[in-house]
Amino acid sequence: MSPTDTAATDTAMTPGLEHQAERARSRQGFLLGLPAIVYLVVFFVIPLGIVIAYSFATRTRSGRTEMTGWNLDAYHRLTEDIVRTVAWRSLWIAVLTTVLCLLLAYPLAFFISTRRPAIRNAMLVAVMIPFWSNFLIRTYAWRVLLDSDGLFTRIVEGAGLGDGRILFTNKAIILGLVYGYLPFMVLPLYAAIERIDWNLVEGARDLYASGWQAFRRVVWPLSRPGVVAGSILVFVPSFGAYVTPAILGGNKQGLMGSYIVDQFMDARNGPLGASLSVVVLGVMLICTLVYFRTGGRNL
Amino acid sequence: MSKGAARSTAEPQGASRWLLRSHSLLVYAFFYAPIVVLAVYSFNESPIVGQWTGFSLDWYQAFLDNDNIQESIWISVKICIFSTLISVVLGTLAALSIERFRWWGQKAFDAVLYLPIIIPDVTMAVMMLVFFSETAEWFNMIPGVDLSDGLERLVFSHVAFNISFVSVVVRARLANLDASMEEAAADLYANRWQAFRRVTLPQIMPGVLGGALLAITLSLDDVVVSSFVSAVGSTPVSVYVFGMLRKGVSPLINAVSVVMLSASMLLVMASLVFERASGSQKKKVKDNG
Repeated sequence: MSPTDTAATDTAMTPGLEHQAERARSRQGFLLGLPAIVYLVVFFVIPLGIVIAYSFATRTRSGRTEMTGWNLDAYHRLTEDIVRTVAWRSLWIAVLTTVLCLLLAYPLAFFISTRRPAIRNAMLVAVMIPFWSNFLIRTYAWRVLLDSDGLFTRIVEGAGLGDGRILFTNKAIILGLVYGYLPFMVLPLYAAIERIDWNLVEGARDLYASGWQAFRRVVWPLSRPGVVAGSILVFVPSFGAYVTPAILGGNKQGLMGSYIVDQFMDARNGPLGASLSVVVLGVMLICTLVYFRTGGRNL
Repeated sequence: MSKGAARSTAEPQGASRWLLRSHSLLVYAFFYAPIVVLAVYSFNESPIVGQWTGFSLDWYQAFLDNDNIQESIWISVKICIFSTLISVVLGTLAALSIERFRWWGQKAFDAVLYLPIIIPDVTMAVMMLVFFSETAEWFNMIPGVDLSDGLERLVFSHVAFNISFVSVVVRARLANLDASMEEAAADLYANRWQAFRRVTLPQIMPGVLGGALLAITLSLDDVVVSSFVSAVGSTPVSVYVFGMLRKGVSPLINAVSVVMLSASMLLVMASLVFERASGSQKKKVKDNG
């Protein structure tokens, strides 16, 4: 007899006591979580609420944000040309970054998951190390390479591949974002591909599927949760990126992240900055919903 | 065994096999080449980064002599210690509460707990900035709290994102343990605290330490949130270096970068070792069961 069965008979005999014990236990669970709940309500949920409130607030002439006279002005401003240009540029840069990461990461993730366990672990660790190391410094490393007398520039020009001076252009930003977020794509892809039951692939091959057909009909559909998870993990931070464009993009290439920062630091337009943050949050929430809709579980 | 055999048939043959190999090699080169170049240049004698004139440790000496950087490192260390301690305690409790108990509203808590992980840095930074400017006067009424102090603001905001990361790591560890040991302890008349102290805590320790190392790394590496909430006199090293390197390339920054990158890589490797330790234990439990 399994322990659950015994518990069931106990419940039948003393329903009141069992019910009380269960309630006490659930209260204990809640109390354990309470410090973190209180902390996150104060330092996360309330700040989030204030940002949302700010997006409906009034900006005074002096640049202060007053929590009176609620209005939609900041949202109307989102349709202005400058804002649309910035949002559009951020969007296509984020999409391109995501696609490039996928193209680079998929073959690698596939390769890692078909290795022997020892080699697989070593290769994974080699991806994890850049994944968690200092993002700022990793981006700066490209600044050194892309400098006018940097190694990248000299190699590209030496090989006759045209103008290697891409620093402060969109190309440099995309390169930096791909470099920064590539591990975010490799790891979920690996997790998805590694779970695939390879007997299915073998079965497909036995039924005279070509290597490519087996991949397209078996491996690719089964790895799709990893594709979705990785794409979100790359797309969301790329869309709101601030550090990479600040280091590799110079001042001309306005992107969502830096535009939001400008609203709070220089332009002193809290409501507009807040409404832009709400847009970024919205993009993030839509992505998360897509993820759960396509059958994803915990990120 | 059969799984391994099938795995190998999935690998493409002939030319595409070599294509796959060289692709993987190139991606790893892409990951590590920039870091290696940066490290090599940090030992360059020349004040012009792109021109190699000879080996020297001058820039590391300049780093040690730079009082501003040294001071910012101490500020980072202080923030890191306090925020890690608080977030490890709160995050571990949250993980236990979600993994080991069922209570009303738990799902909502679980969802909120995930948000700080996926929210873009800029949004989190804006939230903290706006929050502190609106509520500072109320908080300052609490004895011992002074939010005009950048250090306190930094600790509060780092804890806000680190709780989530710690709890994810600890939860992963808890999910892999079976609860039967804790039940056995309870059957042997251990009270809840004894059961936790003697049975649960030692078992989740690798997860707690892994979470702590992750919190340390994230706290030291954070730039965006920190630059929004830090004040004059409380600039953490990441924000200080960010300010420096926006101005351009210099051999001093290269040296500072290499030191920071090495520190962060060491922390990552340490946390991977802890994770591995818990992973092997998990395997043992599985093999026995």
